[in-house]
Amino acid sequence: MATNFIVNGKPAKTDAPSATPLLWVIREDLKLTGTKFGCGTGLCGACMVHIDGKRAFSCQTQVSEVAGKSITTIEGLSPDSSHKLQKAWLAESVPQCGYCQSGQIMSAADLLKNNPKPTREQIVQHMSTNICRCGTYKRIVRAVERASKEA
Amino acid sequence: MNKHNKNFEASLSRRQVMVGALGMTFAIALGGRADAAVLTGERIGQTFSPWVSIAPDGTITIMSAATEMGQGSMTSLPLIIAEELDADWSKVRIVPAPPIDTIYGNPGFGGMMYTAGSNAVTSYYIPLRTMGAQVRRVLLDNAARKLGVPVEELVTEPSVVVHAKSGRKLSYGDIAAIAEIPAKAPEIKPDQLKKPSQFRLIGKDVMRVELPTKVNGSAQYGIDIQVPGMLYGTVLRAPIEGSVPNKIDDAKAKAIDGVTSVVRLPHGVGVVAQTAWAAFAGRQALLDAVTWTRTGTAWGFDSDKGHDAFAASAKNLKEAARDWSAQGNARGEIQKAANLVEAEYRCDYAYHAQMEPLNAVASVSAAGDTVEIWAGTQSQTTATEAPAKLLGIPRDRVKLHDLLMGGGFGRRGNRDVDFIVDAVMLSKEIGKPVKVMWTREDDVHNGRFRPLSAHYLRAGFDPAGKLTTWHHRVAADRITPFMDPVRFQAGGGRDGMVMAGTDVRGYDIPHQLVEQLYRDTGVRTNPLRGIGVTANKFATEAFMDELAYKRGVDPLAFRLELLKGTPRAQKVVERVAQMAEWGKKREGRALGLAYIDYSGSQVAGIAEVSLNRATGQIKVHNFWCAIDCGVAIQPDNIVAQTEGSIVYGLGMTMSERISIKNGAVEQSNFYDYSLPRMNEVPEMHVELIQTDNHPTGAGQMSTPLIAPAVSSAFAALTGVRLRHTPFTPERVLAALKV
Repeated sequence: MATNFIVNGKPAKTDAPSATPLLWVIREDLKLTGTKFGCGTGLCGACMVHIDGKRAFSCQTQVSEVAGKSITTIEGLSPDSSHKLQKAWLAESVPQCGYCQSGQIMSAADLLKNNPKPTREQIVQHMSTNICRCGTYKRIVRAVERASKEA
Repeated sequence: MNKHNKNFEASLSRRQVMVGALGMTFAIALGGRADAAVLTGERIGQTFSPWVSIAPDGTITIMSAATEMGQGSMTSLPLIIAEELDADWSKVRIVPAPPIDTIYGNPGFGGMMYTAGSNAVTSYYIPLRTMGAQVRRVLLDNAARKLGVPVEELVTEPSVVVHAKSGRKLSYGDIAAIAEIPAKAPEIKPDQLKKPSQFRLIGKDVMRVELPTKVNGSAQYGIDIQVPGMLYGTVLRAPIEGSVPNKIDDAKAKAIDGVTSVVRLPHGVGVVAQTAWAAFAGRQALLDAVTWTRTGTAWGFDSDKGHDAFAASAKNLKEAARDWSAQGNARGEIQKAANLVEAEYRCDYAYHAQMEPLNAVASVSAAGDTVEIWAGTQSQTTATEAPAKLLGIPRDRVKLHDLLMGGGFGRRGNRDVDFIVDAVMLSKEIGKPVKVMWTREDDVHNGRFRPLSAHYLRAGFDPAGKLTTWHHRVAADRITPFMDPVRFQAGGGRDGMVMAGTDVRGYDIPHQLVEQLYRDTGVRTNPLRGIGVTANKFATEAFMDELAYKRGVDPLAFRLELLKGTPRAQKVVERVAQMAEWGKKREGRALGLAYIDYSGSQVAGIAEVSLNRATGQIKVHNFWCAIDCGVAIQPDNIVAQTEGSIVYGLGMTMSERISIKNGAVEQSNFYDYSLPRMNEVPEMHVELIQTDNHPTGAGQMSTPLIAPAVSSAFAALTGVRLRHTPFTPERVLAALKV
């Protein structure tokens, strides 16, 4: 049975079995490969997307759960990499290998949406859901702080 | 502030158009390994892959010989060429070099294309600068001819040749359109290269070229590739190296909707499916449906018991060992020592945990005589050589698309490229392109680990209290013969990846002996960020601290005294001590220091820790680090690499542990292999000391500082020495009870 939902503002449809993780539909069917496979267990955050405006592990979300919902991936965060977090990420030269960074940015966007001026402790607490093996944590904090200072 | 180079996204497609493009192309083999070690250039119909080509529109295309895993070499190597070429960086396009060892091979690895050891910049630095200067010289000579002036009257500005007397200028693109290429490359002597004060790009922090693609999801890693007609593959791998599938009951796997075939492979059982999820489900369905032959060395191995045996052997001086390095007469002198101090240390297996699980896409032609591969790899050489061997075809019939790596850390460079060959096998078997992805569990269970090691150290003091003799016996699982038998043979059978860091370079200790007790448990191993240095420097630097305490000398003063003859070493140690305010008393916290000469890079670090005595949990509050790696090509990137190295070292120090029971890995995923998260990392204070020394590495040099610094800080706080990484709360509590 087909599942209908919205991805980055556009209608999307999949015939994938209902238990298929959203991650694989996004990556392999919709070809939005910015969302990454890291652990498949909701422990690393590389697969983070927004579902109806809240962050969610797409590897832990079955496609049947998103029927009628609106999903935002890193590709839909801004049309031209102009989201203040994306700009801050470059200004602070955050990424190293970059593989986790889509998920990091999506987590950070979720934070700033609900808490535009987070304290450092709030940033650290919120962002500790996401692993960065290259160890870019210090720069992630700096980038979130930078973005939160932008109007 | 970073300059923004927008030229990466367009660059990958340029590889195709570049061949045969108008303009100049240059190719110089590095290090005289090929007969073609001369500059060659052709306008049209270029058949020899170039390092640099300049198009009439001024676009300068530079090949990247190093692969990119986040360390920045894809930018820094071309930047070195661009510096001496005096290129306008905004006009530079960077293209991954094809796998031609004779042109692009790494002089630091005997000419194979291999990005590892934090040595890309250090090995390519002079050859690439020389080549950049040669290309510039050809441009100048052509400009001189065109303008009818002596070449000595010409200078360059970025991508422009200027004749100051007449005010005339020619852009590099203008010259490319009319240039004549000499048959032989102009000679450039070392003193004709730029002085560091003349650098326009080196040391100025340009933005890494691929960075913009890493904030919007457009960066392409191996796992992101799809090709027409592609199917998905997974492989249930042998639980123990050397085992092969025995009985396979594929009924359940084949019953899964979308699974098209189940394939017996030499090292496991492959599942091919129409979707990724069906391929994963098929692998899952095989879990209890395959039996394995009881072949391979590791069957029955238990790493806890094995570790005890390693430690007993290391300590038993009668047990045979091989001299790894010797200086003076340590065997004789240690008998005469007025004071003898001994200690033991241990390190567990550790896992790379690169964030992108291993994967590759392969498409074998119907006749089986060519293969196209898409993968992230640390070695273009092994990534093409192993598939060629497997298919029985020449290496030039393997077309490699080397893509960004979601982390490498040493996992993606082994000779047998286990992360590529099963895609080749499955594609050959089914006659279609296949993308094979490892699950995280595959990646852990079939990891290739930093080896298990046990260290026994003795130090002898003379009657005046001077440290005169040093003796270190290392019992550790082998790396090099397992991960790269070719290099092991070529290197005379020495396992440098295990033994690196046993030296105590910089310290004035007249008599030294290091012995290796070679062990082969059958457990899979690989170089891992910091290689042997991480284990060996934990032992040697923590021991150095113990010796200072035994002598009743402050550990900082003790080291500075021994480092008297090594000014660069003294400087990083003194600087980091200032940064951390070494002498300052702290309530409930203490400091520990470590110093390392890692392949010439000077690094010193200080950890500040506290302890929860009820839980055994250590907290690292601050980590200070000073690094001098000579000329800094990309200074901010060196700082970033150092921060990353510290976090990586923290994981291996505090929590990361692979254990083996009955030959198999016990851990599976991030719930039982715990990586540092943001709320666990200390405040990091990194200072780069820039010098004019030949550039040395930065990508892993600080990783080995963490364990000894934390062990020594803990000792300063509690009087108890932690001797076994990782310092898990259980081990901490046990150590405190003794």
